[in-house]
Amino acid sequence: MAHATGPAQFSGLQESSRTILDHYQQQVRTRRIYTVVSIVVFLIVLAASLDFANEANSGKFFERLPYFFDFLKSFVPNSPLEIFRAMFDLPSPYADGSIKFDYTSDRIWITDSFYIPNFFYQLAITINIAIVSTILGATGAFLLCFFASTNLVGAGLTRWVVRRIMEILRAFPEIVVAGLLAAILSIGPIAAIIAVSIHTIGALGKLFFEVVENADMKPDEGLRASGASWLERVRFAILPQVLPNFVSYTLLRTEINVRASTIIGAVGGGGIGEVFSLSIGRDHAAKTYAIIILLLVTVICVDQFSAWLRRRLIGKQSFEFGRGAA
Amino acid sequence: MSNLAVNAADRERLLAAYPEVFHRSFMQRWGLAVAAVAVLVYLAFCFSFFNVIPTFVNGNWDRAAIYLQDWYSWRAQPRLRFQNGQVVPQWTSRGQYPDGAAIDWLKPTSNGGYTVIFGSDDRLDVTPSQVDVYIDGKLYPVAIRGDRAILPAGAPARMVQDDNKVSVRFGFAGQAEIRNNQVYVQRRFLGWANFFFDTQSPFWGRSLTSVAGLTLFGERLDPSQSNASLALDNFLNNSSWQHGDILSKLMQTLVMAFVGTLFATLIAFPLAFVAARNITTNRPMNWGMKRFFDFLRSIDMLIWALFFTRAFGPGPLPGIAAIFFTDTGALGKVYSEALENVDDKQREGVKSVGAAPVIVQRYGVVPQVLPIFISQSLYFWESNTRSATAIGAVGAGGIGLKLLESMKTNADWDKVAYMVLLILLVVFVFDNLSNALRSRVMGKKGH
Repeated sequence: MAHATGPAQFSGLQESSRTILDHYQQQVRTRRIYTVVSIVVFLIVLAASLDFANEANSGKFFERLPYFFDFLKSFVPNSPLEIFRAMFDLPSPYADGSIKFDYTSDRIWITDSFYIPNFFYQLAITINIAIVSTILGATGAFLLCFFASTNLVGAGLTRWVVRRIMEILRAFPEIVVAGLLAAILSIGPIAAIIAVSIHTIGALGKLFFEVVENADMKPDEGLRASGASWLERVRFAILPQVLPNFVSYTLLRTEINVRASTIIGAVGGGGIGEVFSLSIGRDHAAKTYAIIILLLVTVICVDQFSAWLRRRLIGKQSFEFGRGAA
Repeated sequence: MSNLAVNAADRERLLAAYPEVFHRSFMQRWGLAVAAVAVLVYLAFCFSFFNVIPTFVNGNWDRAAIYLQDWYSWRAQPRLRFQNGQVVPQWTSRGQYPDGAAIDWLKPTSNGGYTVIFGSDDRLDVTPSQVDVYIDGKLYPVAIRGDRAILPAGAPARMVQDDNKVSVRFGFAGQAEIRNNQVYVQRRFLGWANFFFDTQSPFWGRSLTSVAGLTLFGERLDPSQSNASLALDNFLNNSSWQHGDILSKLMQTLVMAFVGTLFATLIAFPLAFVAARNITTNRPMNWGMKRFFDFLRSIDMLIWALFFTRAFGPGPLPGIAAIFFTDTGALGKVYSEALENVDDKQREGVKSVGAAPVIVQRYGVVPQVLPIFISQSLYFWESNTRSATAIGAVGAGGIGLKLLESMKTNADWDKVAYMVLLILLVVFVFDNLSNALRSRVMGKKGH
């Protein structure tokens, strides 16, 4: 067998070692070729995608880039204080009768002398949409998940049906549910609540039944031996084990749903998302920045609060990876 | 029912041995009930805050049924006008039949009228002076006198006099509205009308086998191109279904998710090394990079999307930018956490043979974290395929915007159903693709 001539340090090798070395080098070469080929294919796909995206866009990237900075420059409030006036619905010194500087008429009056600034009110609506739909969705997922776990109902028809239902609920686009309900119930938060709840049932249901399937079945066996019914076994053997994880996933879902309800709001579900899309569309810089700040603070607060609560409930276990099921 | 007898001494012993079982704190005993009551009170408050009952009472429930039926069926809506003692069918621009087509449920009669067939025993015989309504084979003649149509005596509940009009309902098959100068017919059929070819196409109304036969063996219908390319062209440019447009919009959405996630991965990869404390031993830099990730992550994808839509105009570019910015933050955080959990022994090993810092990372760290990185990126890709639809709806283009436009017309629910099916299919395919890739990367043990 003719050997490839390697570097000098391999020259003193025995026949058998040399064969091994040859095979190893052969393998490395093949792998390198594969790597290069896949990188080239990858780059071609990427270039084609970018070109397609650029063609499909109404403004071309390099043509619009200078205007992008123009937009940023023009999108500066008259004074930094304007942002806070917009946020708290205080009168503006730049008021000229246009809605751009008219913050005071947005006030939501609770009593004759006490008002809530509009953006805070809209934010409250969005957060309530998120919380209500998380509660509804988690309840639905809780009721369904036991029927999707192999260790409780076996691998039969029930499991198949429930899992498919969850998959469809999860993958069904939220905006379609919201749009259909908006056409029936008129535009408003209820459409958003139902849309987000439906998605939550599917997404949480999947995480829940995975937790149930990983539960320790010894308590269940104990209960079964003492003649407990299916319901009693679920209640006293499974539930105590899985409840902390359920709560933790639900909290994580609350974070995701705050974002989801903002987006649904922008499509017509009411709340801060709608106000935001209006104000950025009309070039109201101060109002837009006020909302961005409010949303940023809210998202950070919700994240921190739910992380703190989760740590208290189940210790240091990280559930960041749960995002994939979103 | 209990037949377990415990004597006093045993009882005392058990109580002393397991205090945590027998003496539980208030929260342990009632915590769940308290939480449940609190949740119920909160839901009741929201119930009134969001005006649930008035909204549901005022909902257009009669239209809801029509919208839902539109998902899986279609309506033909000709107006049979009375002109000079003749009945003339008139179609809207949405007409599903070409001019002069022979329609098997709408036939002209010898006396200048028309017969509309709703079922074997249900039909309308329309003439300008009288409309004969047959329900379950029984005749109910509706006379047209002057400015009104008159409901005959003894008509069933499915026929109603509404001011000057008489309306007849045939259930799913359709309905008719008889007026003094026209009959407005709505005939409903299962399925999607003209899904493959519109009425302009030479392939319209042909069966699938006949189209296949034509494309394979038939004479050229258009001398300038083959039948197959003509059929494809007619299909993609179908004026009522716009397949070409919808598929290209779907492609835009996929491209948004793919390119956005890919760029986020490429940028987050080096930045995560800066953010990880065990790799870059510069505390201010770690802190700054982590806060930068938090900033990118916490600004909603919606905000980025609207912001870039204002800058670049609607289309996939703002979608890509929005996904890129949010996910650079999210992936950076996940990556840097994975980096902080690496096993230090391998780094020490590589370092001990005198490798340069970059080589230490390449051979001591990257092999440990690469599967996690790829798996996380695949998760994000999968999730972004879904969120790109929503991002599109707020203005970033793609199938989301198309969906929103179709829904706003309130008449294109069949097209909405079609797009939803396409999205479900794509999500399903991408879920499985990413799962398969992930299990290959991570080995058989899954994620």
